[in-house]
Parts: sequence; C-alpha cells; structure tokens
Amino acid sequence: MINKIVDSANQAVSEIHDGASVMIGGFGEAGSPIELIHALIDHGAKNLTVISNNTGSGHVGLAALIENKQVKKMICSFPRTANSKVFPELYNKGEIELELVPQGTLAERIRAGGAGIPAFYTQTSVNTPLAKGKESRLINGKEYVLEYGIKADFSLIKCDKSDRYGNLTYHATARNFGPIMCTAAKTTIVQTKNIVEAGEIDPEIVVTPGIFVKKIIEINNPAEESQLVANEKKYPW
Amino acid sequence: MVNTDIKIGWSRAEMAQKVALDIPDGSYVNLGIGIPEMVADFVPEGREVIYQTENGLLGMGKVPEEDEKDPELINAGKKCVTSILGASYFHHADSFTMIRGGHIDICVLGAMQVSKNGDLANWSTGAKNAIPAVGGAMDLVAGVKRIFVITQHVTKHGDPKIVEECSFPLTGKEVVERIYTNLAILDIKKEGLFVKELAPNVSFKYLQDRTATKLKQ
Repeated sequence: MINKIVDSANQAVSEIHDGASVMIGGFGEAGSPIELIHALIDHGAKNLTVISNNTGSGHVGLAALIENKQVKKMICSFPRTANSKVFPELYNKGEIELELVPQGTLAERIRAGGAGIPAFYTQTSVNTPLAKGKESRLINGKEYVLEYGIKADFSLIKCDKSDRYGNLTYHATARNFGPIMCTAAKTTIVQTKNIVEAGEIDPEIVVTPGIFVKKIIEINNPAEESQLVANEKKYPW
Repeated sequence: MVNTDIKIGWSRAEMAQKVALDIPDGSYVNLGIGIPEMVADFVPEGREVIYQTENGLLGMGKVPEEDEKDPELINAGKKCVTSILGASYFHHADSFTMIRGGHIDICVLGAMQVSKNGDLANWSTGAKNAIPAVGGAMDLVAGVKRIFVITQHVTKHGDPKIVEECSFPLTGKEVVERIYTNLAILDIKKEGLFVKELAPNVSFKYLQDRTATKLKQ
C-alpha cells in the first residue's frame, strides 16, 4: 500500500544532507512551509543551496534558517522585503552567496527542471546586467538569453489538503511556487493543513498529482509568519 | 480669506486616475507596487478591468476589511487583497506564462529612471551596499503588450527621472510606451518624447527645466 504520510516534521526532513539543494515554496509568508523549515533548523544540515522567491522575514522560517548559518547560497528573485534583515546583513558581510533571477525566469527554470528540459531561451533580462555572460541568440530577429532548468535534491512545500498518495490542493495565493517545485526535486516533502481520505479530493481539482510527492506531514494549525514577526519571535525558541 | 497657494501638478491619486482613464474596457492589467496599486481605485463607471497579480491571482478585488484578511491571499506587494467573483488562482509558471507569453494587455510600473527612448530602470541603483532585488519587473517589461510608467517627475532630491540615458541598471530596453508623472503625461515615440498633457499650472518650460532630455510639444 502506498502511504506517504510520516509521523513528524523532524522525520520528514531527516534525509536532508549537508550540501543539499533545497527548494522552499512560498511568496512572502503565503505558502511558506514554516514548520518544515524549523524542523530543518533542528536537523542542522549545512552548506545548503536554497531556491526560494524571497529570503524570509524577522527571525523565523527561512530567515532563521539563514541566520543559523545553514545556507551557503540563495537563488531568488527578491531578497529584500519589509522585515528582512538577516539576509541583507550576511550578504553585505560576504557570508552568503546570491544568484538573482527574475521571478518569471526562476519559475520557468523550476518548471523546466521538473519537466526534463535542460535549458530554454527567454526575452526576459535581455539588455540588462542579469543577462551578462549568458549565451544569447537571435530568433526571428529578436534577441533571447539562454537560461538553464533547475533541479533540487529536496523541495519543502506547504499545501491545504493532501491524501495518502500526495494529491494536493492549495489555498489561494499560497499556491505560488508549490506545484512547480514539487516536480523539480528528487524528494518533495509537503506539510499539509489537512490529510483527507483518498477520493475526497475530486480528481478534477487535484493541483499536484501524487507522483510528484514523497513525504507528507499534517500540520493542522501552521504558524503565521507575520504574527511571529510582529511578536518578535525568534527560532529556535 | 483668499487662498493664494497655487497648486502645481497632480496628486498621486490624480496621477492614478489619469492612468485609469486610459485603460480600455475589458483589459487584463498587472499593477506594480506603490502608486500603480492606486490605479484600481479609479476605474470609470461602466468599464470592467481584470487585475492580475503575479503571485498567482487573476481577478484581484478590493482591499479587505480587517476581519476578512487572509495572510495567504496577497498581492505582489505582499499586502492582503480579495478576489472577485470569477477570479482564479494559479501557480507561478502559469502566472508568468500570462506575463511572458504576451497575454496581459497593460502593465503599470513605478520607475527610478526612464529614458527618452523608453528604457526603464526600476530595480536597482547599482550602489555597492544595495541588495539587488528584481522580482517580476524584467518579465513584465519583456512580455506585457503595453508598459505604462507612473512616477514623480523628479526624485526626492530634485533630480530628473526622465533622462537622456538611464544611469541605473536597466530593467528593459525600449519598453515604456507612456509616462504619467505629477507634472505631465509623456508619450514615447520613434520621433521623440512628446508631451501629451500638462498638469494644472505646469508650463512647457517648467516641465522641460525638470527633465533631462529634450521634450517635444
């Protein structure tokens, strides 16, 4: 019988090794798998390359993972956000690497990685500093730059509902990078608000088909990052 | 008592209103962070405009009341929003398929600098200690059909933002079609940078003095 549900967040992240590449879902706090990130802090894997749109807020979630010196390199589109202090400080001290990628290119690189497409041409970033050093090509008279697909060892994703197969649905704009990151990692680990019986999610509305998911942990009442930041919480507490 | 203060130019709300008047009925529109967000408040009666926010919502609605805020229903500026009846949610690859694939009609963006030929700089000053952050701006200017810029005409320090050539790193080259500032509406054409409309009590000379490239009437 297929059952991808595991007992704890700590167990879910236990295979993440030093030097691993880890995709972390979320756009700001929406869709950020905060309990899985905190479990990764407890677990302690270091020298991680993290692929995520932002770099976290305050001293919880992704910001806490960075503050705990577990991240060697960030691949992201928007590393500064209100309340994002940890990353700027380390970046200005030269203690963390940054690969800045336009948001749509980041999404497409992840999609390509998951779809077995090694690289693609795009118009985004042509004639800007972010195209520097990249292969370019004229196609039908227009210039495009070559961008490579991204794969990762692990993805950490937050969703709304999951069954034991890992069929997922998401909530509102928390969907963001979840579905594409699920496809682009060797091991996708999902925290879900609710585990439901197989068949309870209408196949017509499944957003991520179970084949892309390896492990599921139920977190009924996930913490709200903005609340934690407002209350000046710091992880580990 | 007689009020002798002469108001020069448009307020932010009036600028947003000017943009809103130029958005045709039935348009799919992406609004950038800041003043562009205000455009949604001024859609004229009888027009229906659908707003896309690149974090995954087509059909963005009004700002929610305090008790209906959902931290997982936000816009690109990470502020809480609502969805209209008939809205849809989607993941980032679909969202940027809309943007990069040329499906969005108009994008309204802020700017640090715009050049006479429509080059836009709005993501980095290039300063050494600045954290570069690009978000979706480069995708938007590359893929959306029409790019409008809404910005103050000069910086806080009084430096012109409409320039001969951008000194800041570019977001895109020859991408901007129209600029709405507090002093004027400018059209970027092959033949030059044309003044389409002057704001109240702004003369052509006043405008030209605050613009670092030659304007045409």
